[in-house]
Amino acid sequence: MKMLNIALPKGRLGEKVYAMFEKCGYECPEIKENGRKLIFENEEVGVRYFWVKPSDVSIYVERGAADIGVAGKDILLEYAPDVYEFLDMNIGKCRMAVAGKKGFFDDRRKTLKVATKFVEIAKAHYASKCREIDIIKLNGSIEIAPILGLSDVIVDIVETGTTLKENDLEVVETIVPISARLIANKSSYKFKTEEITRLSAALSEIIPD
Amino acid sequence: MIKTDKKTLFSAQERIIHSLRGMYGMHGYLPFKMSKFEKYDFYMKNRDFLLGENIISFTDADGSLLALKPDVTLSIIKNAKDSAGVKEKLYYSENVYRTSASSHKFKEIMQMGLECIGDIDSVDVCETLSLAADSLELIDENFVLDISHMGFVASLLDAAGLSGEERTKLIFLISGKNLHEASALLEKCGTSSDITEKILALTSLRVPLSEAPKALSPLVVGKAAEQALDEIAELVSNISSFGRADKMFFDASLMNDMNYYNGVVFRGFIAGISEGVLSGGRYDALMQRMGKSSGAVGFAIYLDLLEGYSDGAGDYDVDVLLLYDEKCDTGAVLSRVNELVGEGLSVSAQKAVPEGIRFRRTERIGG
Repeated sequence: MKMLNIALPKGRLGEKVYAMFEKCGYECPEIKENGRKLIFENEEVGVRYFWVKPSDVSIYVERGAADIGVAGKDILLEYAPDVYEFLDMNIGKCRMAVAGKKGFFDDRRKTLKVATKFVEIAKAHYASKCREIDIIKLNGSIEIAPILGLSDVIVDIVETGTTLKENDLEVVETIVPISARLIANKSSYKFKTEEITRLSAALSEIIPD
Repeated sequence: MIKTDKKTLFSAQERIIHSLRGMYGMHGYLPFKMSKFEKYDFYMKNRDFLLGENIISFTDADGSLLALKPDVTLSIIKNAKDSAGVKEKLYYSENVYRTSASSHKFKEIMQMGLECIGDIDSVDVCETLSLAADSLELIDENFVLDISHMGFVASLLDAAGLSGEERTKLIFLISGKNLHEASALLEKCGTSSDITEKILALTSLRVPLSEAPKALSPLVVGKAAEQALDEIAELVSNISSFGRADKMFFDASLMNDMNYYNGVVFRGFIAGISEGVLSGGRYDALMQRMGKSSGAVGFAIYLDLLEGYSDGAGDYDVDVLLLYDEKCDTGAVLSRVNELVGEGLSVSAQKAVPEGIRFRRTERIGG
């Protein structure tokens, strides 16, 4: 049996993902011990897990350091890695949305100022509507941009909408629903077809509704 | 005679280029040598084929705009003769200048490939495929050659009645084997359940090449697909003449640009290299776009992907570090060097241990 290298997103989502892998028989008890270790192996079932920053999962998979991984659709849309996307795992659900100050009105006579971490997604969204925009790339605390007048709107992930509400913002429109996806390196799949297919099929059985 | 074919003396890349040239030459392919520059206009006209590559342009002494070549195939087509019964078999190994996808900066890439152009037939297609497999095997035994035919997906997309934008989206989803989003998109477009099922089945299909005709026959819709099935069946019937049929798979999610490729397409993978190292197919459509009426089939090998690839030969820079001092007789040092070289060992004669050189063993001469 060939070992599968699996990149998991660090954090709450990653723990949920691991629980699903474990349920399918790909367990690695060591992973639950709190420590600084980043790589965990269970030779018996043929898996090697490692925790990486969620936004880096697609890089590890695209470059073949991981055979498979679980990444948010937001990351896949933003970086468009050349990978297979086998499953929608239906967890980590949220949406990519445009938000603005309460009562925001889009004045089409002006260029729209858009603050976001997701430059490519924002560009593609507004290009499809032929709307001229000025992109402001930020790395965090996006919500503050419209409040301070840095931008008219933001494009960001909205989970419950609580953060928006607390900052007097509201969703203007939803761009696309987001959830976690099982991805695979295209070359790895050619050489570990059986292993990857088996794991993907097992996971597909336990995907929550 | 000094043996200079030692593994340590050449990088894996150099050895591969050397062997591939020999192999292509033995099959009657002639080297195609081109100049570093082409007219900038020439590439601009065929920009889509270069996948939106940026091109390094500069002004020639006479004021005309030139470009450093980003591709060789286009130049080969431009120079191809176009008359019945004539075909040319060419190979090339040239540096091309392209932007790297990761760094968005220009890179010099060594590209190797072969093209069979003109009045081609099934013999040429089979020979090209078999040379593709042999080329991969020469790089590493642990390889896979994926094969597909553009006709299957093209005719199903026509049957699904998809418009430009949705068609592009679906092609992207098929090539990512993304069944969940493809089925949602087809449902949204109101595609019939029969065609939807066929598209999804084709997307996930991956079988050994020999099983392809049987697996594909229920998925055939329209004339283009029927013709594609015939071509694949013919390939399979000739498969025994290919040495490495066991490494060939049919994977319908493999697609090249439909504006250029119209028949068999293929991609080669080496275990441990994250991207396909070989890519090719039949590109009569590109020929037509460039005003030629004949056909063409060929492939390119991306040697830059092999840069990080190690076959274990590069662990040492030199076999023997021969240390000597001032007191040593010059003749004695030189004759020891020649002796070792004669034994087939590489030698570096030095007075002190040099930094940054890895050697298998050290030998002292004199004092």
